[in-house]
Amino acid sequence: MTEKTAESNRLKTITLKVNHKEYTVDVEPRMLLSDVLRDILRLTGTHVGCEHGVCGACTITMDGRPVRSCLVFGVQADQADIVTVEGLESEDGELHPLQKGFWEKHGLQCGFCTPGMLMTACHLLEHNPDPSREEIREAISGNLCRCTGYQGIVDAVEYAAKEMRERAE
Amino acid sequence: MKPAAFDYYKPETLDEALSLLDEFGYDAKILAGGQSLIPMMNMRLARPPVLIDINGVPGMTGIEVGDSEIVIGGLTRHYMVEHSAEIRSSCPMLAEGIKLIGHSQIRSRGTIGGSIVHADPTAELPVMLTALGGKVTVVSSGEERELTPEELFLTYMTTTIEPNEIVKSVHFPVIAERTGHAIEEFTLRSGDFAIIIAAASVTLDEEGLIESAALCIGGVDGVPVKLDDVTDELIGHAPSDELFEESCAPITDMVEPEKDIHASVEYRKDLCVALSRRVLKKAADEAKLA
Ligand SMILES: Cc1cc2nc3c(=O)[nH]c(=O)nc-3n(C[C@H](O)[C@H](O)[C@H](O)COP(=O)(O)OP(=O)(O)OC[C@H]3O[C@@H](n4cnc5c(N)ncnc54)[C@H](O)[C@@H]3O)c2cc1C
Ligand code: FES
Ligand code: FES
Repeated sequence: MTEKTAESNRLKTITLKVNHKEYTVDVEPRMLLSDVLRDILRLTGTHVGCEHGVCGACTITMDGRPVRSCLVFGVQADQADIVTVEGLESEDGELHPLQKGFWEKHGLQCGFCTPGMLMTACHLLEHNPDPSREEIREAISGNLCRCTGYQGIVDAVEYAAKEMRERAE
Repeated sequence: MKPAAFDYYKPETLDEALSLLDEFGYDAKILAGGQSLIPMMNMRLARPPVLIDINGVPGMTGIEVGDSEIVIGGLTRHYMVEHSAEIRSSCPMLAEGIKLIGHSQIRSRGTIGGSIVHADPTAELPVMLTALGGKVTVVSSGEERELTPEELFLTYMTTTIEPNEIVKSVHFPVIAERTGHAIEEFTLRSGDFAIIIAAASVTLDEEGLIESAALCIGGVDGVPVKLDDVTDELIGHAPSDELFEESCAPITDMVEPEKDIHASVEYRKDLCVALSRRVLKKAADEAKLA
């Protein structure tokens, strides 16, 4: 059993796709995905607030679903397809309509919650291109913001939704 | 806040997972969605020496709707149930109640089996399982057994599931004819854990009188509380606001919630009465339409 224990506790090699780029890294099993992204891949756009799933700052998408990266172990992301806030702007550096919306509508102050807000809103707009203000509020209810009072954020998501609908036409 | 070190195993079959549980006993914890276990590990309230990640075990995810029973694999994630059209028509309460679990980011990972085993008395799934009279199938090496909610939930965060057992599937009845379901909860913020939850099912006979009913409340005790004394009184009567008002009033004396910083005992009792009235009425209205 000791032999097995030593084996299972050792660094694990995982391969994951982040923002369309493949990475192979060694991780200790107890390392959270948020820490793999920030400390190993140096993608520090994903913020860490509470580390128990409440604040939403660490939200990313994993295989197309919004997920708390502080509530997934890095080893569990082996073979996963992940998008972080760094993956939002297009290849040529043009801001995502949501990023533009947060800029135009004052959707942020300190910006700590912003990456998680953007990733959550991005998933919302993919599935609901024309959300009501109520639906936007419900969708971002899992993301805490200490600064904005949410008004600007809701405006920003509405702005982006409109922009994306116009682009799609 | 970082978790303490642990040994990580990722079995590829159910048998392999079960033999790891046999080998490590109380040292091992199953990792399913991680949405309750990982927060506790991050805060070091839990420091299991061994984690057995069952996310690679085949055959434990999926929804099967039969004539009378819905079988949901223990590893099925909340969002899958939430977005299942089949669940919405075969067990409306389940679809509605699952949506009340945390936020979409939590429902992406959290599993049906994990919620049941975590056994938080204010969690939606234990209350729905009790209200609807569902069942849970658990397996260990060479054995399988079925548990009713009454046999399953012991007290706060504690069930009768043994450390060598895995929840393989969770079973709910398909909604019967002339039946309506309803679940409602009071939370401080959308997505938060509920302060009080009430869930009800009402079946009408061909004349529109109440043939059977069930009512269950979460947040007043260590386990979901089924109020048969209330629903027994309803049988044979036509559903009406007065009927539900009268039959729910005594709930104040039937439940013994505790107070905390969020709400007093009196307030919680009021919530029990109000939410019970509301879910019974809503379920009866649905039954009329069915
Ligand atoms: C911010 C936040 C808000 C939340 N809000 C709610 C809410 O409103 N309502 C609610 O109900 N829950 C809520 N939760 C908890 C969450 O919904 C989890 O989905 C659920 O309680 C646990 O499921 P899991 O699959 O993540 O389990 P895990 O965290 O993986 O496991 C939980 C426990 O169950 C055991 N276990 C898991 N699967 C099995 C199995 N198949 N067989 C045997 N044992 C097993 C584990 O060993 C562990 O002890 C919230 C969580 C967070 C972080
Ligand atoms: S850091 Fe993950 S939810 Fe707060
Ligand atoms: S902008 Fe500061 S927390 Fe949201």
